[in-house]
Amino acid sequence: MSSVSDTQYFTVGEPIADTKAPDVPINLMWDERRFEAKLVNPTNRRKRSVIIVGTGLAGGSAAATLGEAGYHVKNFCYQDSPRRAHSIAAQGGINAAKNYRNDGDSVHRLFYDTVKGGDYRSRESNVYRLSQVSVEIIDQCVAQGVPFAREYGGLLDNRSFGGVQVSRTFYARGQTGQQLLLGAYQALERQIGAGNVEMYTRHEMLDVVLVEGRARGIVVRDMVSGEIETHMADVVVLGTGGYGNVFFLSTNAMGCNVTATWRAHRKGAYFGNPCYTQIHPTCIPVSGDYQSKLTLMSESLRNDGRIWVPVQAGDDRDPRQIPEAERDYYLERRYPAFGNLVPRDVASRAAKQACDEGRGVGPGGRGVFLDFADAIARLGRKAVEAKYGNLFEMYAQITGEDPYVTPMRIYPAVHYTMGGLWVDYDLESTIPGLFVIGEANFSDHGANRLGASALMQGLSDGYFVLPSTIANYLADAPFEAADSTHPAAVEATDAVRERVQRLLSINGTRTVDSFHKELGHIMWEYCGMERSAEGLTKAIGLIRALREEFWTNVRVTGANEELNQTLERAGRVADFFELGELMCIDALHREESCGGHFRAEHQTPDGEALRDDDNFAYVAAWEFGGDGGGPVLHKEDLVYEAIEMKQRSYK
Amino acid sequence: MNITLRVWRQRNSDDAGGMQTYQVTDVSPDMSFLEMLDVLNENLTIAGEDPIAFDSDCREGICGMCGLVINGLAHGPKERVTTCQLHMRSFSDGDVIDVEPWRAEPFTVIKDLIVDRGAFDRIIQAGGFITAPTGTAPDAHAVPVPKADADAAFDAATCIGCGACVAACPNGSASLFVAAKVTHLGLLPQGQPERHSRALDMVAQADLEGFGGCTQIGECTAACPKGIQIDLISRLNRDVLGALTHRA
Repeated sequence: MSSVSDTQYFTVGEPIADTKAPDVPINLMWDERRFEAKLVNPTNRRKRSVIIVGTGLAGGSAAATLGEAGYHVKNFCYQDSPRRAHSIAAQGGINAAKNYRNDGDSVHRLFYDTVKGGDYRSRESNVYRLSQVSVEIIDQCVAQGVPFAREYGGLLDNRSFGGVQVSRTFYARGQTGQQLLLGAYQALERQIGAGNVEMYTRHEMLDVVLVEGRARGIVVRDMVSGEIETHMADVVVLGTGGYGNVFFLSTNAMGCNVTATWRAHRKGAYFGNPCYTQIHPTCIPVSGDYQSKLTLMSESLRNDGRIWVPVQAGDDRDPRQIPEAERDYYLERRYPAFGNLVPRDVASRAAKQACDEGRGVGPGGRGVFLDFADAIARLGRKAVEAKYGNLFEMYAQITGEDPYVTPMRIYPAVHYTMGGLWVDYDLESTIPGLFVIGEANFSDHGANRLGASALMQGLSDGYFVLPSTIANYLADAPFEAADSTHPAAVEATDAVRERVQRLLSINGTRTVDSFHKELGHIMWEYCGMERSAEGLTKAIGLIRALREEFWTNVRVTGANEELNQTLERAGRVADFFELGELMCIDALHREESCGGHFRAEHQTPDGEALRDDDNFAYVAAWEFGGDGGGPVLHKEDLVYEAIEMKQRSYK
Repeated sequence: MNITLRVWRQRNSDDAGGMQTYQVTDVSPDMSFLEMLDVLNENLTIAGEDPIAFDSDCREGICGMCGLVINGLAHGPKERVTTCQLHMRSFSDGDVIDVEPWRAEPFTVIKDLIVDRGAFDRIIQAGGFITAPTGTAPDAHAVPVPKADADAAFDAATCIGCGACVAACPNGSASLFVAAKVTHLGLLPQGQPERHSRALDMVAQADLEGFGGCTQIGECTAACPKGIQIDLISRLNRDVLGALTHRA
C-alpha cells in the first residue's frame, strides 16, 4: 500500500507476471521447460548471432557455452581482457547442494535457505532451478581444472557460510571467484581461438538497439580510438554486473557501472527491486576522504573470528587490554543459534547499531572488532594461516596492522545489488530478445543474498540456464534483416554521439569524481543500511539538484577520439544519478523492512526487520517514465507454494 | 608528505612520449599509490590539463589490471603486492618517484601508463585450457586429486596475468606466465590429455608474440605480486622437452 506522499513520484501500472515457468510441480519445472522449449538445429546455429555484454562468471560462461554450441557470438567487455571482470574478486566460495558432507543438505534445503535468506522476496521457480543446477556447476568447474580445496583423501572440501547450518560451500582458498572466472575465461579463450567467439575488449556498451520491438544490437564506444560502433545480432544478452558503485564507495571494481542495464531500462526493460542492495559486514573501514574503493574480506572469516565491541561506549583501550567481561560479543548474545554466522544484512545492521551507540572502534568510531585470538589458541596459527592467510595478508597490507596479533577492525560496505533488470523464468527482460544474466538481473536473491550464492547464480545462468532458454527464442529467427544502416541503429548511434558531445561541451568547474562522491554520500546516508520516508524524500531532492548541476557544471577534459577515462566516468555517473533517484523512490514506496531494505519506521520492538507480507509480497518492476516523467510501478505478486512464509529468525 | 613525481606521458601509440614532473602535496601515508595518482588527476582536471591515464579496476590486488614501473621496479618497491596494494607509507616525505608503463616489445603503450596486454590472451587461446564442453563433466568426485597436487596447482593458478614478470625481465620473457598455466593444468588429472600440446602451443605463441627467452635471471619471480616461483619454468621446460620427445 503506497502512502499519498510518494505517489507524487510514480504511478501504478498493470501487474506483471512470469509466463514462462510451466504449470507443473516445482521440482519438475526445469525439466518440463527444457523439454517444451524449441531447439535450434546444430547446422542452423552458425546462422544465429548472439551479442553478450560482460565477461564475468555469467557473461563469460555464457559466451563460452554458446560459442561451443555453434552460435556466432560477439562478446564485449570494458576491461583490457575478459579475465579482469569483477567476479574475479569474489573470495569465499560457491554453494552447491551436493550433500558431500552427509549433513542433511539437499536441493530442497538450498532452495529453502535461499528463499528464507532472501526474506521471502524472491520467485520460487527461479530459486528452485538455481538449487537444482548448482550441483552441475561444481562438476563442470572441476572438469575445467578449477583447483578447489581438497581433503587429504583427494576429495573436495566444504565449509559453512553465513545464514545456513550445513557445509555446502566449495572454495579455492580465499580466491574462489578468481579460480572460477579463470575457468570460464579459459573456456572462452578456447572458443575465441576456435573462431566461434569474436572478443571486443576495451569496448563499453552505451545503448541497445531495438528493431520492431526486439533487441537486435548495441552501440559501443571503442575506448582506445573513441569510435562509436554499432553491432547487430539476433539476440542481446547483458551480463554486466551490479550497480553498487552508485554509492561511490563500494567493494565493486572502479569500472563497475549501471550504464548497460540503465540504457536498456530507458528503452523499455523494467528494473526490478532497485532498492535491494547488500551491505557486506566484513569490509575494511574507510581511512580517509581520498578513499577510492572499499575492500571486502570474505565473510568466511566469521566462521572462526568473533565479532565484538567494548561494553562501555568510548572505551579506547588497546583491544588486547580489554578483559572478557568488558567485551560485548553482540551477535553471539543476540542470536545464540547462529551467532557470528547470521546473514549479512543482520550482521551489518548490528554493527551499525553498536557504532551508533558510541561503541565503535578505530578512526571515526565506525568499526567493530573481528577477533581471531580464540581461533589461534584453539587451532594454532598455522591452521588459521592455511584457511585465511591471503585475507590476513591483505588486511595487513591495507591497514599496516597485523591481524594475528591485534583484532581486525571491520565495518559494513556496499557489496552487491540484488535488484536488477526484471526477467522471467527464461531470463528474458520485458524487451523481447534482451536476456539478462548474473548480478545484472533481479531474479534469485530476493531482498538479501546469502554468501557464496552470487558465484552459483552467475555460473548457473551462463553455463546452464541461458543456453537452453535462448535457443527457444532463437528458434523463431531469422527476424527482420537489420544491419547497422537500419534507421533504428542509426538513430541510437546518433543519440550516443550527441550525448558524448554534450558531456564534452559543458566545460564546467567540477570534476566527475566530485559529483560521484557527493551522490555516493547522499545514497549511503539516506538509502544505505537504514532508510526512512523523511530521509528518502530529502535524498530525491538532493539527487535531482546535483544531477542538474552535473549537466551544467561538470568538467570533462579531452576529446572523444582518444582514450579518455574522464569521459568514460562521466557517462557512467550521469546514469548513476537517474538510477539513484529510482532506488530512493523504490525504497520510499516499500513501506516495510525486508532483507537489505530496512525502513526505520518498520521494525520489531527488538529492532529486527518487520515485513508486511499482506501488502508488499511482490516484486517492484519499474518502467521508465520518460525524462521528467515519474516511473511506472508494475507489481509481480510473489506466491509461495513450496515454502511457507515466516518471519526470518536466526535466534 | 610532499612527493615529486616524474611520470611517463605519451598521447598514443604513435607518440614518442617523455617524462613530465608533477608535485603532489598533502599525501597521506594511508593512501594507496593509485589514490595518490587520483588526487593528482583531480588537480590536473581542475587546471584543465589532461589527467594521467593508467589502468586499474578491482583495486584489491586480484584482477591484474593495474601495473606501473615505480622507480624502475614493476609494481614498486614492496614485495608481493600489485600497484593498487602499494601504499604511500612505503615512501617518505620529499621523495622523487619515477612512474613508467610496463616496458616490453609485445606490450605496446596505448596512452601514458596503459599498455596492450592482448598477447597474454592469445597465449591462453593457444592452449591454456582444458577442453571440457559445458554439460559433459562427470561427477566432481569421480576423480580424486591428491591434496598436495591440488594445492600446488592452486599456487600456480593464482597468477593474475598482470605482466609484471615480463616488465621485470631483461629479456622481456613471458616464461613465468606460461609456466604458471602449464603447471596449474598439468598437475591435475583432468589436464593430462592435453599436457603436451598445451606446453608446445603456448610456448610457440609466446615466441610468435615477440616475448624473449628465459635465461634464469629470476627478476620475474622477484616482481611477481603473487609469488609465483621460478622453478615452475623448469617444469615448463621439462614438459616442452617431454612433448618434443613424445612427438619424435
